[in-house]
Amino acid sequence: MMELYESQRAMRNMRKAAMQRGVVAILDVGSSKIACLVLRFDGTERLAEVEGIGSMAGQSGFRVIGAATTRSRGVRFGEVSAMQETERAIRTVVQAAQKMAKIRVDHVIACFSGASPRSYGLAGSIDLEGRVVNEQDVARVLASCDMPDYGDGREVLHAQPVNFALDHRTGLSDPRGQMGQELATDMHMLTVDAIAIQNLAHCVKRCDLELAGIASSSYVSALSALVEDEQELGAACVDLGGGTTGVSIFMKKHMIYADAVRMGGDHVTSDISMGLQVPTAMAERIKTFYGGVYATGMDDREMIELESDTGDWEHDRRRVSRAELIGIMRPRVEEVLEEVRSLLDAAGFEYLPSQKIVLTGGGSQIPGLDGLASKILGQQVRLGRPLRVHGLPQAATGPGFASAVGMCLFATRPQDEWWDFDLPVERYPVRSIKRAVRWFKENW
Amino acid sequence: MQQVAAKCDPAPSRWAYRLERLMLTPLFRLFLRIILPFMVVFSIAAIWLSDEARRDRLSGFVHEARVSIETRPEFMVNVMAIDGASVSIAEDIREIIPIDFPLSSFDLELEHIQEQVAGLPAVASATVRVRPGGILQITITERDPVLVWRSRDGLFLVDQEGFVVASAKSRAAHADLPLVAGAGAELAVQEARALFAAAQPIKARVRGLVRVGERRWDVVLNNGQRIFLPVDGAVQALERVIALNDAQDLLARDLTVVDMRLSDRPTLRIAERSVEEWWRIRRLQVGNTEE
Repeated sequence: MMELYESQRAMRNMRKAAMQRGVVAILDVGSSKIACLVLRFDGTERLAEVEGIGSMAGQSGFRVIGAATTRSRGVRFGEVSAMQETERAIRTVVQAAQKMAKIRVDHVIACFSGASPRSYGLAGSIDLEGRVVNEQDVARVLASCDMPDYGDGREVLHAQPVNFALDHRTGLSDPRGQMGQELATDMHMLTVDAIAIQNLAHCVKRCDLELAGIASSSYVSALSALVEDEQELGAACVDLGGGTTGVSIFMKKHMIYADAVRMGGDHVTSDISMGLQVPTAMAERIKTFYGGVYATGMDDREMIELESDTGDWEHDRRRVSRAELIGIMRPRVEEVLEEVRSLLDAAGFEYLPSQKIVLTGGGSQIPGLDGLASKILGQQVRLGRPLRVHGLPQAATGPGFASAVGMCLFATRPQDEWWDFDLPVERYPVRSIKRAVRWFKENW
Repeated sequence: MQQVAAKCDPAPSRWAYRLERLMLTPLFRLFLRIILPFMVVFSIAAIWLSDEARRDRLSGFVHEARVSIETRPEFMVNVMAIDGASVSIAEDIREIIPIDFPLSSFDLELEHIQEQVAGLPAVASATVRVRPGGILQITITERDPVLVWRSRDGLFLVDQEGFVVASAKSRAAHADLPLVAGAGAELAVQEARALFAAAQPIKARVRGLVRVGERRWDVVLNNGQRIFLPVDGAVQALERVIALNDAQDLLARDLTVVDMRLSDRPTLRIAERSVEEWWRIRRLQVGNTEE
């Protein structure tokens, strides 16, 4: 636990250094595409003063000066599966983004969607020694949370204090400076496979870049796709990606649950490829141009040419109707949404006051998806596009870039994480001296 | 690990990627754009100049180029023209500025020439410039002599500011100028001129002025008569004498000196012979016939 604490703190310091320098790169390592944005910060000190999210949603201080995407290779289900290929892809995209930004970037904040995330809710409480809650007390109450046994080979990706309670008052976002006897906290912790993080870190390192932060894709896409009141009142963000479908639930502007379904748009493509006997690239193209989930009478007459050049005249001139394509796509999309439904059920989403569901990610562009999703997930479904940020090229404003844009927000205004607070005094080896000092302070 | 037919997507190689990142480093770009070219040029020049013979050749080349430009006809000065000077002064100037024409105007030290010319006693001011057409133009204003001054060292011409312009060969050569004499006479030229102006009515008789004790003037008339003038109010005293002369023919009488030094008590000195004559006539009148 301490190791991760240290490495996360090191990353956080590096992120601060990058913001001091003014340039940081965002790397969204997805299964279908890898996107890189280069951010330039203008006024970090101004940002630090603003409390809460603010009118510009914390995006007033930065600007996107470089953006590039490339087809992903070596990434499957949101995890690095072929190291060399992934490294080459990262190199390609970083180089292109640097070229557009005309500046060299050294620090990169990465996000990935896979690695089987798992959410834990933790609770901890302490008795306050002093009357007034201070920074140390917050650190202590966070440290007092009982760690679940999340298994070997897993690492904590996010550990965010969601709620503080002082005596019997709950729902405090910042208890510092308040009076009370007992301080309790609820913390949301997200663990992922350690191997996935290490692989990604290794790939980034091999590109001569410094990893200045790491985030879960389902978390950051919700940051950009959910509007402020949805984050406040409670909403789920479903990020339909290529290899995985990320689900995150927000409440009171904090993520309280995140998970991922290991199914996504690539599976739809492979279904088409298998069902229509066409290569994957063509299946992808057909899906993009003609895809849908609701068949109408018109679709029976709209024929899609399946051209190929095998030399077999019959094979090269096959045609399918769009209805057939939809017939192939719909069961898989339904399956994905059913999985999402079961995840939401498991998370107790139906007990939330507001049950808004926002679909985003590249897969959400299937025509008619919102209709299908509202049948499976519930009535309050909408399609979400990422927030507009300064300088983002038009090509990168689609829902497929929700997590990349969310990473920008994450980079500029990160949530307080557990490791942002100092280690509680008791954890230090010099604890006896500190105690002596405190005893002195209290008695003299 | 690769599948057999899988075609790789294009990606920059590791070294191309690193090179591009290096090229995007601001400091490195600065180095490449400014420092490196400077160093290269500097080192090439240093290596090339490290040879003695090359240095000599270079300096010789530079010198040649310089000379060839300086000796172009546009820059040559062929003639010296002197304006505003009389012949003798012009000869003096040509004597003290020995320039062998033609000469490049780069080699002329105009300020030095100007100082030399202005240093001549007969020259009040001088301007020296090179006129288009290769002419060294010296324009001077001369000092005009207004008096002839006879001193122990000889005859001199003096301008109205008291500068000795030149020495005069003889009084007759400058008959139009009035004559002054005595030590320090050249220092009171203005007063002398005022006196000469006041002496206009008796101009024919005035031989000149004599400075006495470097403080006052004597007017010397042609028959040896002198008019002693006071230190202050010399002109008024002289006018009084002239007025007396007009009224009573004073100067036609046999006087040697009209002493006006004490203004309230003018004194006349009669010539000795006249005094004796005067005494003889007095005796005759009285009837004393001792002779």
